[in-house]
Parts: sequence; C-alpha cells; structure tokens
Amino acid sequence: MLLATDRSRERLIVGFLFALAFVVPWLMPSRALFIAETAGVALFALSLDLVLGYAGIVSLGHAAFFGVGAYAAGLFARFVMPDPLTGLAVGIVVAALAGLVCSLTILRGSDLTRIMVTLAVSLLLYELANRFDAITGGADGLQGMSMGPLLGRFEFDLQGQVPATYALVVLFLALLLVRRVVRSPLGATLLAVRDNPLRAAAVGIPVASRLAFAYVFGAALAGAAGALVAQTSGFVSLEVFSIERSADVLLMLVIGGAGWVYGGVLGAVAFKVLNELIAGITPQYWTFWMGLFLLAIGLLGRERILRPWTLW
Amino acid sequence: MSLAVLRTERLEKRFGGIVATDSVSLSLAPGARHALIGPNGAGKTTLVNLLTGVLPASAGAVYLDEVDITRLPVHRRVARGMVRTFQISQLFRSLSARETLALVVGQRRGITLQWWGSLAHEVSVLERVDQLLEEFRLASVCDRRTDQLAYGKRRLLEIAIALACEPRVLLLDEPVAGVPAGEREEILQTLAALPAQVSILLIEHDMELVFGFSRFITVLVNGAVLAEGEPAVIAADPRVKAVYLGSGAEHAA
Repeated sequence: MLLATDRSRERLIVGFLFALAFVVPWLMPSRALFIAETAGVALFALSLDLVLGYAGIVSLGHAAFFGVGAYAAGLFARFVMPDPLTGLAVGIVVAALAGLVCSLTILRGSDLTRIMVTLAVSLLLYELANRFDAITGGADGLQGMSMGPLLGRFEFDLQGQVPATYALVVLFLALLLVRRVVRSPLGATLLAVRDNPLRAAAVGIPVASRLAFAYVFGAALAGAAGALVAQTSGFVSLEVFSIERSADVLLMLVIGGAGWVYGGVLGAVAFKVLNELIAGITPQYWTFWMGLFLLAIGLLGRERILRPWTLW
Repeated sequence: MSLAVLRTERLEKRFGGIVATDSVSLSLAPGARHALIGPNGAGKTTLVNLLTGVLPASAGAVYLDEVDITRLPVHRRVARGMVRTFQISQLFRSLSARETLALVVGQRRGITLQWWGSLAHEVSVLERVDQLLEEFRLASVCDRRTDQLAYGKRRLLEIAIALACEPRVLLLDEPVAGVPAGEREEILQTLAALPAQVSILLIEHDMELVFGFSRFITVLVNGAVLAEGEPAVIAADPRVKAVYLGSGAEHAA
C-alpha cells in the first residue's frame, strides 16, 4: 500500500461514486437533507479513522470534538456572523484546540486509560453545555441560528440541495487531504507508531509528537463534521456530545473497516442507509436489526457479506 | 588510543533499594567488536535500556562521540547514531519488509515530516532499500507482511532495520536467540559482514558466537563490571570461570 504507484482504478471508482452523490440531491430533492447529514457523519467517521485506524488511539469519546465543532459553529452563526465558511473554520479551530489540550492526556497510559479519558471528556462537555443553557439553550438545544448565503451567493434552501452540495464538497476535500497525508512519508510514520511504538522510537520516530499530531488532526476534522451537521440542519442539541454518537461513529468505522481511508465514509453511508431502510419497515425495532447486522459482520467478516460466493 | 565512540562514566540505575546497574564504565572504540556477557539477571538488559534512553539513569553519564546524551530521549539518540536491535523481533506487522526499510531509510534521511508525496517516488531511498534487501537475503520475501515471515527472516530484518538507521554504535541484543539451527548460519554470516566502521556491542548468551565475533569482552555480574579484556584473557580468568563459564561452557558445547 505504502509503495503502490498505480492508482488509476482507485481514482475512477472514487470519482464515480462522488459524482453520483453530487447528482442525487438535485434528482431526488426529498433526499437532500439526508445526504447532507450523511456527508457530515461520514466526515466524522473519517476523522475517527485517522485517530484509530492510522494512529491506533482507541477513543470512546470522539463525539467531544464533533460537539465542540457543532456548538462553536452554531454559537458563531447565532452571535457573531452567519457566513457558513467562516463558521466552519471556527468549528475546526476550536475543535483542534480542544484536541491539543486532550492530547496531553492520551499520550500517557494504555488503551484502557485512553478509553476512560476520552469518555470522561465528552461527559464533561455534555454537562457543561447543559449547565450553561443561557448561551447553549441547554436541553432545548441551540435554536435560532440562521445561515448566510454560501460564498455570498448561494442561499441555504429549505429543501437542502445547497447544504447537501456544500457538505459533499467539504467531505470530498477532507477525504483528499487525509488520503494525501496518510500515504505520505509522514503517514508512514503514523502506521509505524500504530503497529509498534517501541520499534518506531528505536528507528528515530518521535512517537509522542506523532500521536499528538494524529489526535489534533482528527479532532479538527471531527470539529468540521460537527460544524457541517449544525449548519446544514440549523440546530445543535446536547446529543452531539452523547455516548451514542461516539458509539455510532465507532460502529460506522468498524462496518467500513479502519485504516484504509475509505472505511469511514463507506461505513457511514451503509449505517445511515440501513438505518433509514430498516426504520422505514419497522420504526420501533430498527436497532434490533442493526444489532443483528453488526453481529453478522463480526461473525462472518465483511468480505463474506460483500462476496457471499467466496463463503464456500 | 583513539577517541571512544561510545563511553559511559560510572553509570548507575537503582530501582528502589536495588542497584541494577552499579557504576559501569564502558568504552567502545571506532569499529569495536565488543561483547557484553553475564549470567541471567546480571543487568545486561537494564544497561541496554540506559544506553538507548528507554530508562533514565540514576547517576553517571553516557557519551556518544564525546557528546553527553544522558538526558536525550530515545529517538534523538537514534538520530545521533545510537541504534539497537531487540532480543524479540520488534517489527511493523502490517508493513512488508520493503515498506519497513523504505520508512526507516526515509526517516534517517529526514523526509518523514513531508505530509505530501510518497515514499514510492523517492528513488534514492528505494535504491538503498533494494541494496539492503539484497545484503540481508530478504529480496525473495520483501513484499510479504512482516508478521508472515519465517523466524530467521524476521531476525535478519531486525538487523537490516538497525543498519538502515546508519548507526555509529549498534547494540545487538541476542541476535541468534531462538533461531533454529537451519537458519542460524545465515545470521552469523550477516553479522560477520556488518560494516567495519560501525562499533558493535553484542549482548549474547551464546559463547560460540561471543568468542567467534568479539575482540573485547566485558563481563557483567550483579550490575557491575567483573572483568574485561580480550577473549583469551576472559576465557582464562578464574573469577569469570567461577561465576559464569563454569556452568555456561557446558551449555555452549
């Protein structure tokens, strides 16, 4: 993978799938908001892949950065200015700063400590957002944020076609950026640290600063995802910090496969589409079928579900 | 007498009340073939960890090329040429031998801060990698994931990685430990062919290898230097025989 040179087939497939995604909101306007949200969540899963799949940092509280980005963008739109791109940048920067502070904790300790610490951070932020309801709206959520036109020209329509296109463009650019980084010489050192930190240090790789880099980069992208979801839905609730959100994004990454760049995006799409399909059939019990599907992945393996003919 | 490449000055490590390394002063000349031997629990591993920076020293100092490196972290010592191999192979399991070496050579040449481009396009790095793969007889298995390599090949890659770091001083921690007889000869030949200008400190239990390879031997007992000298001197030293070779010689035979 690291030393592959021919990527023409990959370019073709990724280009085709994204072209398809860009067309859907305009052909099926009723699905536009669904696409916008899925793109935001896919970006969130991509950010977790960077942290877990490439740097090997186990995080159960990744929603902390998603939530920070969402509230930062939401509050910025409500109290400062409504420009979406500036709001997105604010969400990214604030989440990256939060990641920088938290990276001090993940550099110490083992996987179990990290799970606990990341979980604790999202719990803390959840209660902070709940407590300071004068600013955040508390349990009612942050309301009354209205978005300005994108690039000063394209109004956010209620149907969601502009928001969907906006979210897809951001996701696409983030995917290209992450792909570039993880396949670079720098990305190779991330793989080395994930596979064997002891050996990585013994060949001269500064392990702590690589872990911190991946964590802050991942936090920044999670913040972008949170900002996108806040902006395209026009609403932020406490749920952005919830454990369910951290767990869901982990499931998406597991479904799509960690550590090959596309796993997060594919997993998010599969998760969201399945969710939508099953909820359409049996709204009350959709989590049962979701659980069954995850068990099937765990027991049979992703390969055999996608290519059942190789089963026997 | 030429300047030492690696030198320790009354190096000491305590764990609570236990003295694991007791005032050890070592000196490695350029191109040294120096063996460090001692019974189990003599403190050889602790000494390696002090030299490489895995453990902080309680007292004393380590000099590399007469620069004090006692307080430098592991990766900074590697950058200065203090490189080690591990007793139990430590490889990047999801990478192939070729990818591993490309990464290490790239790291050594300072291009691993690049967040763009690819190691696949670094021609001079890949040339060096091919050279190493050839030298260490890894060319035939170079595209296999390292966790699927035979034990002997893993040991060879372990040494190849160290050499890819362009060491001034190479610490070989039991390079033939656990290697099956059939693959042993390959590793011995590789060790004999290591570049002459690299100073080597060999930590080993295998007396045949120690006496065949080294030109100077330090015997460590209870964390302190018991004796040092040329192999013939060490072999004749009655104190060494008493604590070590007396029982060890039968194993080696």
